[in-house]
Amino acid sequence: MIRNDFQRQFRSHNSPVTRRTSLLQAIHLDPSLLGGLLLLLTAGLFVLYSASGESMPMVMRQLTRIVVGLIVMMFMAQISPNSYKRWSPWLYVIGIGLLIGVLVIGTQAKGAQRWLPLPGGVRFQPSEVMKLIVPMMVSWYLAERALPPQWKPVVASCVLILIPTLLIAKQPDLGTSLLIASSGIFALFLSGLRWRVIGGFAIALIPIATGAWFLMRDYQKQRVLTFLDPERDPWGTGWNIIQSKTAIGSGGLNGKGWLNGTQAHLDFLPESHTDFIIAVMAEEFGLVGVCSLLILYFAIIGRGIYIAMNAQDTYSRLLAGSITLTFFVYIFVNIGMVSGLLPVVGVPLPFVSYGGTSIVTLFAGFGILMSVQTHRKLLSR
Amino acid sequence: MAKPATLKDHYRETRIFRSRALAATAIVVVAMLVLVIRLFYLQVYQHETYSTKADSNRISKHPIAPNRGLIFDRNGVLLADNQPTYSVSIIKELAGDIDQTIEDIGNLITLKEGTTKRFKKRLSQRRRPFSEVPLRYRLNEEEIAKLSVNLHNMPGVSIEASLVRSYPYKSSLAHAIGYVGRINEREIKKVNANNYSATEHIGKTGVERFYEDQLHGQVGYQTVETNARGKITRVLDREAPTPGDNLHLYLDWATQQAAIKAIGDRRGAAIAIDPNTGGVLAFVSMPAFDANLFVTGIDYKSYQGLQGSRARPLFNRGIQGQYPPGSTIKPIVAIAGVEKGATNWERKIYDPGWYKLENDDHLYRDWKKYGHGMVDLDKAIMRSCDTYFYELAHNLGIDNIHDFMAPFGFGTRTHIDLVSEKPGILPSRFWKKATKSQPWYPGETLIAGIGQGYMLATPLQLAVSTAILANRGKIIAPRMVKSIEADGYIEDLATPEKNDDIILKDPLNWEKAIAGMEKVVHHPRGTAHKLAKGIQYKMAGKSGTAQVFTIKQDEKYDASKISEWHRDHALFVAFAPIDNPTIAVAVIIENGGGGGSNAGPVARAMVDAYLLPQLANANTTPSSQEKP
Repeated sequence: MIRNDFQRQFRSHNSPVTRRTSLLQAIHLDPSLLGGLLLLLTAGLFVLYSASGESMPMVMRQLTRIVVGLIVMMFMAQISPNSYKRWSPWLYVIGIGLLIGVLVIGTQAKGAQRWLPLPGGVRFQPSEVMKLIVPMMVSWYLAERALPPQWKPVVASCVLILIPTLLIAKQPDLGTSLLIASSGIFALFLSGLRWRVIGGFAIALIPIATGAWFLMRDYQKQRVLTFLDPERDPWGTGWNIIQSKTAIGSGGLNGKGWLNGTQAHLDFLPESHTDFIIAVMAEEFGLVGVCSLLILYFAIIGRGIYIAMNAQDTYSRLLAGSITLTFFVYIFVNIGMVSGLLPVVGVPLPFVSYGGTSIVTLFAGFGILMSVQTHRKLLSR
Repeated sequence: MAKPATLKDHYRETRIFRSRALAATAIVVVAMLVLVIRLFYLQVYQHETYSTKADSNRISKHPIAPNRGLIFDRNGVLLADNQPTYSVSIIKELAGDIDQTIEDIGNLITLKEGTTKRFKKRLSQRRRPFSEVPLRYRLNEEEIAKLSVNLHNMPGVSIEASLVRSYPYKSSLAHAIGYVGRINEREIKKVNANNYSATEHIGKTGVERFYEDQLHGQVGYQTVETNARGKITRVLDREAPTPGDNLHLYLDWATQQAAIKAIGDRRGAAIAIDPNTGGVLAFVSMPAFDANLFVTGIDYKSYQGLQGSRARPLFNRGIQGQYPPGSTIKPIVAIAGVEKGATNWERKIYDPGWYKLENDDHLYRDWKKYGHGMVDLDKAIMRSCDTYFYELAHNLGIDNIHDFMAPFGFGTRTHIDLVSEKPGILPSRFWKKATKSQPWYPGETLIAGIGQGYMLATPLQLAVSTAILANRGKIIAPRMVKSIEADGYIEDLATPEKNDDIILKDPLNWEKAIAGMEKVVHHPRGTAHKLAKGIQYKMAGKSGTAQVFTIKQDEKYDASKISEWHRDHALFVAFAPIDNPTIAVAVIIENGGGGGSNAGPVARAMVDAYLLPQLANANTTPSSQEKP
C-alpha cells in the first residue's frame, strides 16, 4: 500500500509529461475538471437559448454569471486547503450569525426570507455560502478526531449540520436546506460512519419524516401531495410535473431537435429555463441527449472523487468528497423531481439552469476542489 | 486534550476513506442508473402516450363561422348584407381581474351600463374556455386606435374583426326580412350545436328566421397550434366553412319603397302579391324599427322605447294584425250570393239607408245616411252599398258565407314563409259554438256580410284573397322567397302545396264581380274614383272601412269628435291589370278613416311602382326584368 501510494505520486508528479502541463497547475486549475465544466457550460447555454424562448439577452446574462463564477472559482483555487481548514470554524460561526440575521432582518421575496440587504442595494443570500461552510465545518471537526468517528463526534457533527439546516428550512428554503444537510452528512459518511449507525439513522428517518410533515408549510405539503399524485390537481400544483413528464416523454429517443420542443416553446412547461430546464433538453435532444449529459456529469463527479481520494489530508479528502457528492445530489434531485421520481423541490440543474447565486456557489465549490488537487506537496505527511 | 480517545491512524483513515469513496461512487452509479431507467421509461416505453399528450396540449380544432347567406330582391337589389365590424373582446381566462379590465377599457371608450351587463351575461353562458367574449361592437376608427395603443397593458383584451349582418335599408324591411340577433341558450338547444359552435347570430324573425337553415351555412374548422395561454401560434390545417345560401326574394324593392312612402308616418300595413306565383312583391308594416339595432344587441332603453310605444313598431301588422276586413270582402260575398242563388246580377232592391230584420227593431244602417235608392249587385259593389249586402247576407246565411269564403284563405293561416302568422277569424255557427258556446244570431250574419263583427283577417289574407279573385279562382300560396342560390346556382324553390282551385258554376260571375270592382276605381261614382286620375292601366279595387268603435244607434259618426285611436281603419284591396293581373294589393291604415280615400292611394302608388316600369319596358324592349 505504501509503496503503491508512493509510486503513484511519483508518477504523477515527477514525470516530465506532468511537468509540462504545469501552466494551469501554476494557477492552481485542474485541467480535466476545467475541461469537463466548460463542456457542460457550453451545452447548458445551448439548452438555455432554446428554453428561454430564444432569448439572446438571457444567454448573455447567464454567460456573465459564468464568467463571474469562473473568476470566483480561480480565486478559491488559489487558497490552500490548510487556510480553508484554519478558517472553517470562524466561517461557520459567521455563517450561523448571518442566517439568524436573515430571519431577523432579511428581505422577503416570493414568500421566503432568504436575503440579507447589503449597502449599495446588493442582496446577499447567506444560505448559499453555507452550502460550502457546512461541509468545511464538519470536515474540520472530524479531521481533528480519530476516524471512524465515535458516538460523541457523530452526535456533535449532527448538531453542526442540523443548526444551519433548520435555520434555512425556516426561511423557508427546502431545496437549500436539503443540499446543506446532505453536504454535512456526506462528510460524515466519508469519514467512515459505521454502516449500522447509518442503518439506525435510516430507521429513525421514518418518525422524523412524519414529524416533519407537521412542521411543513402548506405549499410544501402541497408539493409532496402533488408528487404522490400529480393528477389530483392537474391545473394547479400538478401542472408543472404533468407538463414536464409530457415534455420528457414526448422527446423520445432522439428528441424533437434543438429549438423544436413544443412544450417549452408554447409555454406549457413552466420554469422551463430554471429548475425544469432538463425537461426542455429531454424534449429536444431525447434520451440520447440526456444520457450524454449524465455521462458528462458522471465524468465530473468521477474526477471529483478521484481528487478527494488523492487528497493529502483528511480535511481535504472529506471536504472534496462531500462537495463532489453534493454536486451529485443537485443532479439527482433535480432530474428526479422533473421526471416525477421525487417531489418538487427548488433545486436547479447545476451549471445548466438559469440563475444567479447558486451557480456562483457551485463554481466556488469546484474552486475548492481544484485547490485540493493543486496544492498537494510531495510527501506532505 | 486530556485524554485522546484514539490515536489518529492515517493509513487506516485513508483506507476507510477509499472504501467509502468507492461506496459513494457505487451509490452515484446506481442513482444515475435509476435516472436513466426513469428517463427510458418516460421517453421510450411511454413515448407514444406523452407524444399524444404533447400534441393534444398544443393542437386544437377551432370552429370557423360560415358567412351568412345574402338576401336579394327580385331584381338583385341587396337587402341583407354582411359588413365587417370591429369589436373589443375579452378572454376571461387571461384577463385576471375582469372588473378592472372592463374599467380600463371604459376609460378609453364609452361603455354603457347595459353593455357591461350584457357582457357579464354572455360571460356566464356556456362557452369554450379561452374564447373571446365580445364586450362592445361597432368600434369606430378612433376607438380602435385608442384601444390598439393600450392593448399591451390589458392582457386578454383583443380587437376582433368579424362579418356582421347589416341591413342597408334599416327599417324598410324590418318586418319582411326580419333580423338576426345574438343566439341565446334556448336557441342553441334547438339547432345543431356543432354547426353553430362559432356562430354568434341566428335569425330571430321574418325570412331570417324561417330560412335560418339555408342562410346559416356549414361550420368550418381550422386545426391550430396554441400555446399554454390559448393563443394561436400557427394554423396547421383549415377546412373552409360553407357559406350560407343566398336568398332571392319575390319582393320588388321599388314597390316596397312606394308603399312605405305612401303610408308615411301613419300606422298600417301594405302587402302586394303576384297572383301568378303567389310571390310577395311588397310587405310593409308601419311603423317599423331599424333592424340593425338587434344584430349586435339593442340597449335596454331603446328596446323599452320600441316595446312600450303605443304605435307598436315591433308588431308585424302584415301577418299578426287581425282587422275586420270591412267592405273589401263584398265582391267575394257578391259571387257567393249569385253562386248560391241568393241573388243575381239583374235583381234590384231599394235602399232607404238602412236594413231591418223581421221581429227586430234594430236598424242596420248603410254608410250613406239616406241610402243609395235602387241598387243592383254591380252598383252595390261600386258604391259599397251596405243595405244590399245586409239583405244578401241574410238570404245566404252565415254558413254559406263561411263555406264560400274559406277557400279564399280566410280564417286559416296562409303558411307564408314567415313566422308567427295569425289565422284571423272566419265565423260560422260551428265556430261560435266551439269558441263561445253560444248560438248564432241572425243579426250577426248581416254584420258578417259587410266584413264586420266577428270576422277578422290579416292584411296578408286580404292580399291573398284578392289575388285569388284576380286569378278568377286559381289558388295561390303566398311566398317571400323565390329561389335559393348555392354555389352560384340559383334554384327556384318548389311551389308549396295548394288547395284545389275555386270552380264556379258560372265563371262569368268572376268577370261581373271584377267589373264591379273596376267601377270602384274607374266609374265616376265609384267609391275610389279619385284613384283613376292619370292611371295608365285598368285597376280593380274595393275600399273598406272597418269600424273600431261602436257608435250608438242614433249617433252620427264624426271623425273629428272621436279619439284618433277609435277612428275607423281604412282598407283597400286592388289588383291590376284587370285582364292579366300581375299584382294584387291589400292596404290597411289603422284609424285612417275612409278606405277609398286613405288606403286607396297607397295601393295605387304600389301598383304604379310595380306596373309602370313593366309597361314602359313592354313598349320599348320585350320584357327584361330578370336579374343579369
